[in-house]
This record gives sequence, C-alpha cells and structure tokens, in this order.
Amino acid sequence: MSVAHARPMERDEAQMIAAILAGDSDLYHRLIQPYEFSVYRMALSFVKNEAEAEDVAQEAFLRAFRDLGNFRGESKFSTWLVSIALNEARRRLRRQNTVRMESLDEPPEEGGKVSPALLRDWREIPSEALERRELRALLQKAIEELSPIYREVFVLRDIEELSIEETASALSISISSVKVRLHRARIMLQKDLAPKLKLASPKKGRWLSWH
Amino acid sequence: MALECKHVWDYISEFLDDSLPAEIKEQVQKHLENCEICSAILDSTRNILILTADDRVFELPAGYSERLHARLAREIRASNSRRPEKPRQDQD
Repeated sequence: MSVAHARPMERDEAQMIAAILAGDSDLYHRLIQPYEFSVYRMALSFVKNEAEAEDVAQEAFLRAFRDLGNFRGESKFSTWLVSIALNEARRRLRRQNTVRMESLDEPPEEGGKVSPALLRDWREIPSEALERRELRALLQKAIEELSPIYREVFVLRDIEELSIEETASALSISISSVKVRLHRARIMLQKDLAPKLKLASPKKGRWLSWH
Repeated sequence: MALECKHVWDYISEFLDDSLPAEIKEQVQKHLENCEICSAILDSTRNILILTADDRVFELPAGYSERLHARLAREIRASNSRRPEKPRQDQD
C-alpha cells in the first residue's frame, strides 16, 4: 500500500489554524489530514505495536487540537505536530519502562566508534522488493532495535524527512548532536542490515521471486 | 593526504547528505574510486536509507483514518459544548 502523504504546498495552514481557533473547529479534520500517516508511522517506530501506535497517534492529534492555541507559528505546524507525537510516544514508553529503566532522558553517550559491516560488493535491493513482508519486517525490526536517542533522530530525519534543523528543534538538541546521532544510526543500520540483506540478495532470486 | 578507510566511514553520513566541505568530499570521492570495500559500504548504506524511507515499510492499519476522525469529531463536539458563548458586547 502506498499512502500519499505529500504535503500540499498550497494550503495556508496558518490561516486554517486561525479559523479553527476562531471557532471553526471542524476544519481541524482537514488540517491534520496530510499528517495522519507520518504521525502513526513515527509512533509505530517507537511503541512497536500497531494498536498502541494508533493510540499514541490519536492522543497526539487530540493533544495538538487542545493545545492549538499554544502553537506560535515559529516552526511549521508539521514540526510542532511531530514533537507532540514524539512526546506522546515517550510518555508511553516511560510508563512501560518504570521497571526496566531504558533511559530516555539521560544524556546520550556519544563516545566510541561505530563501524560499518565490511562488504566487498553490494547488489542493489530494489524498492519493489518491499512487496515482501519479510523484508519489511526486517527493516522495521532494525529501526526498532536502535536505542531511543538514535531512533528518534533517524526516524525524524530519514523517514519523516525533516531537515537537520527541524529535527534539532523537534528534539530540543543541537544541530551537531543531530548530525552525530544520525551518522551513528545510519552506520548501525548498515551494520545490522547489510549482511542480512546480502544473504537474501537478488542473486538467489529471493527478493524478486514474487509475481 | 590520502584518507584511510576508517576515516572515510566517519564521513559517510555527510557524504550521503552532500554536506561535506568540498575539499573533504573530493578526498572521499578519490578514495571511493579505488576502494571497493568503502564503495560497497556507501552503496549499501544509501540503499538501506532508500528502503527504510519507503512508505511501504510501515503500513496504516485498516480503518485507522476513520477511527481517528471519529475520535476527533467527539473531541471537537465536546469542546464546542464547553466553549462558552461569546460574551455579547454591552447592550445598550
């Protein structure tokens, strides 16, 4: 399934928001339409469970509606929405992790080196191979297994396609932290995924054998 | 000075974003021309980023949008009923 989530450029979101705040609340349905998918996808990469991701997404859209009056228009509405969704997902994780403390707020350790998986050649995996459930599952799992500080940056930048600056602002971290974490996240994914993908390379016809 | 592989690895992310200073970018490019390992690392990383960014990796559950808008509609109705009528201007 391919979901169109391109942001329509012609929408005047500031005007829509002003109208909603002035009482035309139903317009909110239209305001958030382009972001339904991206907010869900972001939630899913954090909570790892479809039903819960849907819940997080709903909560985020509700919270954004209630807090709309606080939106200052300094960032894009989409960036603001993403940071609300992120907080919602974090809140959820924190609740779940009260016993098993996965530190979400502690300062990240950014020392140490991350090395890629060494390969001698790479055979391109075409996007059509994503029709295969096992490939999608492999990618989802690899993203989910990144630790939160890397996953956040990776998801915002490389999946939601925010700019470096927008990512930094959504996460309230510096631009250089975004760059460092992004680099590490990408290399960690390469290290994890490249050998697995290579094993199942089109050479053996596995990814392309579907009809 | 020629770059070693491990230094090239440090630049992979920025190389992919095309945000390296011209001088370093050129050195990396030169290295890649002669190093099949670093080329394969770069190609695989680029390939993985394209795959993970694809909309098909995470799919929306059936009925997601309907459920979302139904819940929003309830919230909006509730907020409208909470909203006090606009205070009327002083009547003469």
